[in-house]
Amino acid sequence: MELARVEGVVVATAKVDRLHGQKLLVIDLLRADLTPAGTQIVAVDTVGAGVGEVVLAVRGSSARQTDKTAHLPTDTTIVAIVDEVVYRGRCVYRKRDPEKESDVSGQD
Amino acid sequence: MFLGRIEGIVWASIKDERLRAVRLCILQPVDEYDNPWGEVQVAVDRLGLVDGDLVFWVDSTEAGFVDESRGLPSEISIVGLVDQVDLAEAGGVGEADREG
Repeated sequence: MELARVEGVVVATAKVDRLHGQKLLVIDLLRADLTPAGTQIVAVDTVGAGVGEVVLAVRGSSARQTDKTAHLPTDTTIVAIVDEVVYRGRCVYRKRDPEKESDVSGQD
Repeated sequence: MFLGRIEGIVWASIKDERLRAVRLCILQPVDEYDNPWGEVQVAVDRLGLVDGDLVFWVDSTEAGFVDESRGLPSEISIVGLVDQVDLAEAGGVGEADREG
């Protein structure tokens, strides 16, 4: 699996039947220290990820090893939304908590 | 199968149901002399590994079949904790860091 950041959404009206109803996202692959690796790919999303979130992407034939993608023509699937990454003893990423952020804005 | 070192952990609460209760570790592939190679990956861990552990792992579709459940959506899975590597020539990675 690889870490990636969701960069955008792909909208496609004309597509093969098996991809109907599937959410497609553009993701930017990341290294373990969360710096961009320089590769962007389109992935099927099975977990409801949003733009800006750090996710885990599975590539190759393993991308079809979920109930939702078992028969889909996909080679990249987003299978998790990352909460926290600890790399070499250091927390390099922690997902922002929307509830805490709304608390902060409420003080304005 | 290849050797690797555990360098971290990834926490995720929203994930595919087949990955529920599955630990995900950051894995650096290494050779038999402990030299890193290739890109760091996130791998399925069924063994409860910690940072610094020397392990061996499988890639591609085989990685989905580390236990008796349905296939896991993972192209990298750790399948063993290395105790020792013996090489004909001296200088191998030797015993793992974990104490008995």
